[in-house]
Amino acid sequence: MNEVLIYALVTLAMLGTVLAVILYFVAQKFKVIEDPRIDAVDEALPKANCGGCGYPGCRNFAEVSVKSADEHKNLDGLNCPVGGNDVMKQVAAILGLEVAEKDPMIAVVRCNGSKANSPAKLQYDGPSTCAFAQNLFAGEGGCPHGCLGLGDCVVSCDFDALHMDPETGLPVVNDKCVACGACVKACPRGIIEMRLKGRKDKRIYVCCINEEKGGPAKKNCVVACIGCSKCFKVCPHDAIVMNNNLAYIDDEKCKLCRKCVEECPTNSIHELNFPPRKPKAEPAEAASVKEKSVGAGVETATEAKNNQSEPLA
Amino acid sequence: MKSLKTFALGGVHPDENKFSEHAAIEVLPLPKLAIVPLGQNLGASSKPIVKKGDEVKVGQLIAVGEAFISANLHAPVSGKVTKVDDAVDSSGYKRPAVFIDVVDDTWDDNIDRSPEINRNIIMTRPEIIQRIKDCGIVGLGGATFPTHVKLMIPDGKKASHLIINGVECEPYLTSDHRLMLEKGEEILIGIKILMKALDVDKAIIGIENNKADAIRHLQELAADHPNIQVYALKVKYPQGGEKQLIKAAVNREVPSGKLPIEVGCVVSNVGTAFAVYEAVQKNKPLIERVVTVTGKSVRKPSNFMVRIGTPISELIEAAQGLPEDTGKVINGGPMMGKALTSIEAPVTKGSSGILIMKQEESKRQSTKSCIRCSKCTEVCPMGLEPYLLAKTAKLNLLERAEKEKVMDCMECGSCQYTCPSQLPLLDYLRLGKQRVGQLIRTRK
Repeated sequence: MNEVLIYALVTLAMLGTVLAVILYFVAQKFKVIEDPRIDAVDEALPKANCGGCGYPGCRNFAEVSVKSADEHKNLDGLNCPVGGNDVMKQVAAILGLEVAEKDPMIAVVRCNGSKANSPAKLQYDGPSTCAFAQNLFAGEGGCPHGCLGLGDCVVSCDFDALHMDPETGLPVVNDKCVACGACVKACPRGIIEMRLKGRKDKRIYVCCINEEKGGPAKKNCVVACIGCSKCFKVCPHDAIVMNNNLAYIDDEKCKLCRKCVEECPTNSIHELNFPPRKPKAEPAEAASVKEKSVGAGVETATEAKNNQSEPLA
Repeated sequence: MKSLKTFALGGVHPDENKFSEHAAIEVLPLPKLAIVPLGQNLGASSKPIVKKGDEVKVGQLIAVGEAFISANLHAPVSGKVTKVDDAVDSSGYKRPAVFIDVVDDTWDDNIDRSPEINRNIIMTRPEIIQRIKDCGIVGLGGATFPTHVKLMIPDGKKASHLIINGVECEPYLTSDHRLMLEKGEEILIGIKILMKALDVDKAIIGIENNKADAIRHLQELAADHPNIQVYALKVKYPQGGEKQLIKAAVNREVPSGKLPIEVGCVVSNVGTAFAVYEAVQKNKPLIERVVTVTGKSVRKPSNFMVRIGTPISELIEAAQGLPEDTGKVINGGPMMGKALTSIEAPVTKGSSGILIMKQEESKRQSTKSCIRCSKCTEVCPMGLEPYLLAKTAKLNLLERAEKEKVMDCMECGSCQYTCPSQLPLLDYLRLGKQRVGQLIRTRK
């Protein structure tokens, strides 16, 4: 009985030793030497694995950064939007490089077709995904470019930065936004854009992407851009371009002078986080309207403003 | 009694509700304004050749199909072209269209408008195909595939059977049924023309057994044509699907992702056969079609012969107006049709029916969780697993969806109809098909 036990133990011990020796040599032979800087860079990254940098996960971004540092001696084209400049500086320090500061970005919802501004003409009761509704029809309000309000962007956001406002039926971006760009990809209509966060969070943008002519655009939504070019003419910095009946403000050229905001006849240009305007000799009504949009949190200059019903320009 | 032929896999039998089956086809008065969308057929849109201010006659060519899969368009009314501009279509999106203000009813001189039936087929094969192309004939069963393309059989393939689809398996719709009863002889001549164009010597007309009068009528007419057989088929949805009808009629299975010609069959609708007769024998382009207007609360369920471009609201008016309890107006049948966003949208070559649903029946019921009953798998006529495909589409697992053959889905809606949890399976399948289709296109 004892003999059997001893044989078994000895055999197992010998087997273990032999295999351990083999494994040791195999491990030496096939050793993977990984750059320790990859681990260091990975450690510095926010580990959100959001894909905002364009690479599948933080680890891959770290690998690509190290590779870029070795091959090109720079980090051009690599940016972690979640970590921002701080993280990129750390990454650059690990790799012994300098990195240019990037202006932070934020997601901007370019549609103000709220329930009040673009009233529903029909009811949709299908599955609540914008991707499907986009194939099916133009939208409850009838605008073929407007927000469908079914929240594909909200589902796509990993940072809790987008929410549906039940009152307007539009998504609202809060300051948790890290500009990863998931919502931009998720929106089937391309309404969400990444724009510069702006000096002191001040931003001016055209809150509409409707490319129809003025008449049809305004038929479905009172705050649509009608392509009248008034803002284009008034802009002293050449920051506004007109394309397909739609104004677009270049955020790099815009100097935040707010002249276009005053000029827009449909109030489709929004200003965010500006101090209240001093009441000028303007018509009282228009001034009061503008005050409403001032300082309205981080995003969307609220709704309303539909009390203006002047003829089309 | 020998059991009736049908397809093997799946299928459902919704309430037939064929309210308008005894309503003879009425000719609808001309509209005041006809809106002719340029993209009415499967494939590329037609290119307009008229401009604002042009005078057009009925049957005059107004847009040409230049791409391989596209079709010509003809003026359905006579009058003045007011504009070539975007028009809101049935989905609410804007699509280019030709707007024609109707003045009178002057027809193009080359069109034979005599009531006599022309029985002599004198044209040769290429002439027939060219005429069908010139007249802009597309498949009138709903898919609107240009007929001349279907008749050009690829090299190395040979058709053995022409199968004529008189199934009309969609509930409510009766336009094909009425056409078979009233224009049976013309349809038979159309079938003979198609047989000549395809060089086949066998034609089978498949009709579901709930249209006994149409079966009898066509059987009597086809008695002196030994090559044309009329089959009564068991009533089962979606028998009107191309692949299902081939299985039912000749017991052949079209491989996944392939066309019916792979098994030697060409399928055409009875409406198409009638349009082919008119084009080849009478030189009449496709400018009108039969449209059923029906619904449970419609005062006068009817079948109308309608010019293309007529606003749908005029058809509803002719059926004694929109009932007060209307919830949805559907373009097509209840299974595959799509709800209209506006009744001002025009009738197109693909409109087979307008179904008006009551408020209470149009609402979707609240959905519950999938209980894994596998009913959707049971009824799927293509042998797919709809619950799985819907899930993969929802989670954007496109490779998996493709592997599970989402592209074989023909959107018949049997799965959604049968689902006890009222899950929007078809909607997600359509989304999956669209996304996988995009994925496949990007690979090319």
